Amino acid sequence: MVNGVLDYLWLVPALPLLGVVLNGAIALFAERPLLLKEAGLPLAGGHGAGHGSHDDAHGAASHGSADGHHETPAYRKLVAFIAPAAVGAAFVVALLCVLSLASRPADGRTFVQFLFPWIQAGSLLVPAALQLDPLSSVMALVVTGVGFLIHVYSVGYMSHERAFARYFVYLNLFMFAMLTLVLANNYLLMFVGWEGVGLCSYLLIGFWYEKQSASDAGKKAFVANRIGDFGVLLAMFLVFWTFGSLSYTEVFARVPLLRESGVLTTGLATAITLLLFLGATGKSAQIPLYVWLPDAMEGPTPVSALIHAATMVTAGVYMVARSSALFLLAPDTMMVVAVIGAVTAIFSATIGICQTDIKRVLAYSTVSQLGYMFLACGVGAFTAAIFHLMTHAFFKALLFLGSGSVIHALSGEQDMRKMGGLRKYVPVTFVTMFAATLAIAGIPGLSGFFSKDEILWQTFSSSHGSPILWGIGALAAGITAFYMFRLVFLTFFGESRMDPEVAKHVHESPWTMTVPLTILAVLSVAGGWVGIPAVLGGSNSFEHWLAPVFHPLAAAEAGAHHSTTLEFGLMALSVAIALCGIALAYFLYRVRTGKPEEIASRWPTLYDVVYNKYYIDEFYEWAVIRRIVTFSTGLWQMFDALFIDGIVNGIADLVRGAGDRVRRLQGGVVGGYAFSLLAGAVLLVGYILYRNVVQ
Amino acid sequence: MIAPSAYLLLSAILFGIGVAGVVTRKNVLIILMSVELMLNGVNVAFVAAGSYLGDVGGGVFAFMVMTVAAAEAAVGLALLIALFRLKETVDITELKVLKW
Repeated sequence: MVNGVLDYLWLVPALPLLGVVLNGAIALFAERPLLLKEAGLPLAGGHGAGHGSHDDAHGAASHGSADGHHETPAYRKLVAFIAPAAVGAAFVVALLCVLSLASRPADGRTFVQFLFPWIQAGSLLVPAALQLDPLSSVMALVVTGVGFLIHVYSVGYMSHERAFARYFVYLNLFMFAMLTLVLANNYLLMFVGWEGVGLCSYLLIGFWYEKQSASDAGKKAFVANRIGDFGVLLAMFLVFWTFGSLSYTEVFARVPLLRESGVLTTGLATAITLLLFLGATGKSAQIPLYVWLPDAMEGPTPVSALIHAATMVTAGVYMVARSSALFLLAPDTMMVVAVIGAVTAIFSATIGICQTDIKRVLAYSTVSQLGYMFLACGVGAFTAAIFHLMTHAFFKALLFLGSGSVIHALSGEQDMRKMGGLRKYVPVTFVTMFAATLAIAGIPGLSGFFSKDEILWQTFSSSHGSPILWGIGALAAGITAFYMFRLVFLTFFGESRMDPEVAKHVHESPWTMTVPLTILAVLSVAGGWVGIPAVLGGSNSFEHWLAPVFHPLAAAEAGAHHSTTLEFGLMALSVAIALCGIALAYFLYRVRTGKPEEIASRWPTLYDVVYNKYYIDEFYEWAVIRRIVTFSTGLWQMFDALFIDGIVNGIADLVRGAGDRVRRLQGGVVGGYAFSLLAGAVLLVGYILYRNVVQ
Repeated sequence: MIAPSAYLLLSAILFGIGVAGVVTRKNVLIILMSVELMLNGVNVAFVAAGSYLGDVGGGVFAFMVMTVAAAEAAVGLALLIALFRLKETVDITELKVLKW
């Protein structure tokens, strides 16, 4: 017990796993029979799960409906306790571990806990081991902390859901996978978590699998992620081939040596990092693989908050930051990362302007914010990327949960054109969401301001950065402020455009939902104060905390400091751009509410293109999916049906044809048999005689 | 004393007639009779060889063959009668259902 509380680090992923087991048992033995009975399906052998007649009860539109006529079964209370408790306990353990880690000297803050040998094949030795260092501790705290709040929120949000236990099993399983991902000490174990979160994402997007669009969206997410995972796999092969190990500590320790001996060439580093980044574009929804994330909004809203905003989609950023030592060796990759990040940030921000579904606006906003994080990674500002990851987790989780609260209040309505004036009906939701909107818009003093400004400043000043990238980033920030305030104005201000039927049921959400909202609002406001830059009189303790992980490579690269005046000037400029966005939103959606439609009708083509998300989905459909389908159909008809089946059927035809001929020998006429008997005997005797004569 | 080759020649002729009968005739009854002829051709060879070698085994074997032939004839005729009752024919070419 020399490490004190750190020896219990394994509990952090283990506790959610325990939740999976317990809730899984409940889901399987208590809930499933009940659901099957309700659906009128037979219990025995019903392995196809309860598809069929209870369709509408699961539908997204009905989780706000007041069908409280059957009382809560006891198992639901148990589930509602176990799932958040497991994650909450994991948070407490993680917090104690991090505090214990923080009490160590700055250069000794890497704790590796060996659990058991996992793979031993030749020179490939992969243990199941956890690593807690400043980077993974930030991730672990964000994941368990925000995860716990969202679990609590889910208890309220999903209270009308029939498959209550199944939902929490998936959610706990996700926590387990995500914590494995961030706490793993090697690439392979990280990849297990990486795939695990992908699986849970698929399961939860398709949670209402009776809805065609939901199951399609799940499939789309899964397939898009497969492309990225392929890159990660190849990168892992290359890493093992180059370094002879997959564990972080060994790989990064060998970097300088191999660099000097010429084994680790820039080309090799570029290949590894580009493949890793391909994985990141899949998981973190960047161009070109971002298309799955907006569709992932088919899942329950807390899932969107937890997986598709706060945690899972940031895994790509985490991986890039984790591999920063390799990325810094590949300037080409860094440029690719920065450009993709910047382009994604502005591209998806423009799509967000025209969306009418409240969750889709937030989804494109997430894609855009993730673009910021990659922009930061690409210019070598890994600390700023992780900082923004953390603050984004707070305010984007809050925005999603707030939108969920709105949707819950409106009995499932997601179209912002049918909202409006909700300020007085759902005051807590309004205040908290407004705080998050201010944070994401980059209003000075709130969390989003510090992290976003840090990224923009590094983009401008770093040796990898450029004023062009800064310009794109600043413009995207302005657009972000615009569409976020558009969302707030359309939802909470102005005249109510609700259906009268819906308006009757509008209610503020229960405490299980508003309390997490409030806590997240506090974090959204104050979460950035740990990283106030020196120029504003802060100490930037966040950067100091992460310094051992990225030091000395990153710090040296990013350390090209310009004058304080310039930093202040750029800061003021980006704030001004954000304020312009807000002012424009105010003008268009509060003062001259008819103006947006006027603009849309003046440039119908432009509006149409943006409204339809630049027809990217259609383009992929045409350029990729249809090609693959055509190619596969060709393979099927040419290769499979003609060649493979030809061989198999050909052999069968040959044998049958031969049999058809041979069978005529058996004519059934006894005389024939007698004759062949005779002929055989004569031949045999003749042969024996012949042999005797010859010898 | 007649040379053994003459007996063997007679035996061969009898056997050959029997074989020809079995292969060429259509009437089951005739075929059975031809089989008897073949057996008796063989018997001639047995007895002749036994006598030539001074061994009684040849004669014993001939009696053995006769006994079996008698049994065979009884079974064969019984089958023939059963067959005729069923099919009303003794033409071997009509009886060719046993095929695939």
